[in-house]
Amino acid sequence: MAEAQNIPAGSTTAGSIAVAAESTVATRMSAPPSFDVADFPVPHGREEEWRFTPLERLRGLHDGTAVATGEGVKVEIEAPEGVTVETVGRDDERLGRAGTPVDRVAAQAYSSFEKASVVTVAKEAVLAEPIRIAVHGEGGVAFGHQVIELGAFAEAVVVIDHTGDAVLAANVDYVLGDGAKLTVVCVQDWDEKAVHVAQHNALVGRDASFKSVVVTFGGDLVRIHPRVAYAAPGGSAELFGLYFTDAGQHQEHRLLVDHNTPHCTSNVAYKGALQGQDAHAVWIGDVLIQAAAEGTDTYELNRNLVLTDGARVDSVPNLEIETGEIAGAGHASATGRFDDEQLFYLMSRGIPEIEARRLVVRGFFAELVQQIGLPDVEERLIAKIEAELEASV
Amino acid sequence: MATLEIHDLHVSVEAENGPREILKGVDLTIKQGETHAVMGPNGSGKSTLAYSLAGHPKYTITGGTVTLDGEDVLEMSVDERARAGVFLAMQYPVEVPGVSVSNFLRTSATAVRGEAPKLRTWVKEVKEAMEKLHMDPAFAERNVNEGFSGGEKKRHEILQLELLKPKIAILDETDSGLDVDALRIVSEGVNRVRETGEVGTLLITHYTRILRYIKPDFVHVFANGRIVESGGAELADQLENEGYDKYVKGGASA
Ligand SMILES: Nc1ncnc2c1ncn2[C@@H]1O[C@H](COP(=O)(O)OP(=O)(O)OP(=O)(O)O)[C@@H](O)[C@H]1O
Ligand SMILES: [Mg+2]
Repeated sequence: MAEAQNIPAGSTTAGSIAVAAESTVATRMSAPPSFDVADFPVPHGREEEWRFTPLERLRGLHDGTAVATGEGVKVEIEAPEGVTVETVGRDDERLGRAGTPVDRVAAQAYSSFEKASVVTVAKEAVLAEPIRIAVHGEGGVAFGHQVIELGAFAEAVVVIDHTGDAVLAANVDYVLGDGAKLTVVCVQDWDEKAVHVAQHNALVGRDASFKSVVVTFGGDLVRIHPRVAYAAPGGSAELFGLYFTDAGQHQEHRLLVDHNTPHCTSNVAYKGALQGQDAHAVWIGDVLIQAAAEGTDTYELNRNLVLTDGARVDSVPNLEIETGEIAGAGHASATGRFDDEQLFYLMSRGIPEIEARRLVVRGFFAELVQQIGLPDVEERLIAKIEAELEASV
Repeated sequence: MATLEIHDLHVSVEAENGPREILKGVDLTIKQGETHAVMGPNGSGKSTLAYSLAGHPKYTITGGTVTLDGEDVLEMSVDERARAGVFLAMQYPVEVPGVSVSNFLRTSATAVRGEAPKLRTWVKEVKEAMEKLHMDPAFAERNVNEGFSGGEKKRHEILQLELLKPKIAILDETDSGLDVDALRIVSEGVNRVRETGEVGTLLITHYTRILRYIKPDFVHVFANGRIVESGGAELADQLENEGYDKYVKGGASA
């Protein structure tokens, strides 16, 4: 698809590469990171970090009126041998090491959760089976915290599934020891009324590899904020995302890759399809290359395919470079309409409309899906995409 | 025998200041086995005729009829027309990112033939058809028309013509953008299909060049949205010598 062609009215695909002495990524936030919700003013909606989010649909997560109910969400964790699963209290010192809440809802989650899950993969353990975390909404309000920690040279796949109905604010920490390899597939397959706001913090150890696949289909409002920082040189992070935004849904993915350490790499690729009135997808990709991060290699990409009228995309890649000594840095953002000419061309070859749409949408996501590297997840995503398309006609 | 009958066809497009009539009463009958060349100056409405027959949504039919063996073509959706046997090789084929040529060809052959072609014979069929058009087999794995040169796009159109075996083939300026070698290769492809005797061909062109390779049975001069003169192959020679001036008021176009 050509860059930034056919941008639907009202959408933005601004992008910038700034070469700055001081990071605007940090200064754009209305308050410095903190674990305490009291350190953040209640947002009014014009703040940089909230300006795309419909606050009135957060169900009080942003202003303190959302209060945890007993039957919020049910968390079930299935783990193979070599993994320790614990439920711990607020004072456990393993919590909050991968990152600090950067906005009011994340801080609210950190200030309000009662029990946290800590999943630890022993050092050098190479798991044959994925760790499966099922988070099922039971219709209430919940605050959560999860820690997934891999010891040195451990290798694991974690699949987190969000289903049901809930109002959920959560923080998730991924801590990767030296040389560890972690793949996390985090699926938001909520019922239509759910509200889910989460900050994911990954701290990537020396020569460790972190791969995150964020998949968002459901929910009324989903706002996921994956963040990556590196504890030592040699780390790599791949952040993949896929979303399918239907009528009325707000799906927001904000990313930060903080290249704070030399010789680390990051590769970000998010793709979304939108269909229906008031489908709204927001993608913010902040990549910060700090002065110390020599030898950084990074690329970020966001593509959106708008299938019908009435949908809106805001896509803002932002690359900030504080050192000239890098291996590579780039970004791309493009939003295209499902092209009637493409549809005509395929149909003029006898292909029925629904099948023509399916071909194009499958093609749009195919390259990304193939990079996930987990055949059962890939199959499931393709099936889900097809179901979304099926539902649209 | 398949027959496409176009009768008093009027077509408009939505222009900035309201609808604008482009086709102003086209009459043309094409039978299986026949080749009709439609020649006319730029902007005379040739592509409009081609797209209208294929059912492009941009064009509004305001009058007239089109039937294929008595069936109302104008009532059919775009894909139905293709399955009924109407094929349009486009002047500007469309790029379809993310969809490979091989997937596209197989999906369309499945749709047009009504069943999926047997994999083994299909692979062979495509390979041979591509060889005859001097197309690199690597094209099968590329995305439809993406990054194809003008000539490659036209070969890809004719490849589809050969695989889909329509009853009526409309070729809209298939010759444009082709060098002499490519023109010959593409023309040979069209002729292979014609030689089966099972296709009626509507060959739209601006120049007589392609008619040296593809001999028409009938030549129609198209000007200002309608056919203004019809004749045999000799009419093309006349156009070659005299141009379109006498058909265009004031000699403004062409
Ligand atoms: N959307 C539109 N608004 C106004 N005029 C249009 C529109 N689309 C097409 N036309 C006009 O319709 C006329 C016929 O166009 P068409 O493409 O059918 O011509 P053509 O004979 O195929 O020309 P060429 O030889 O250049 O391919 C042209 O004058 C063109 O400018
Ligand atoms: Mg034309």
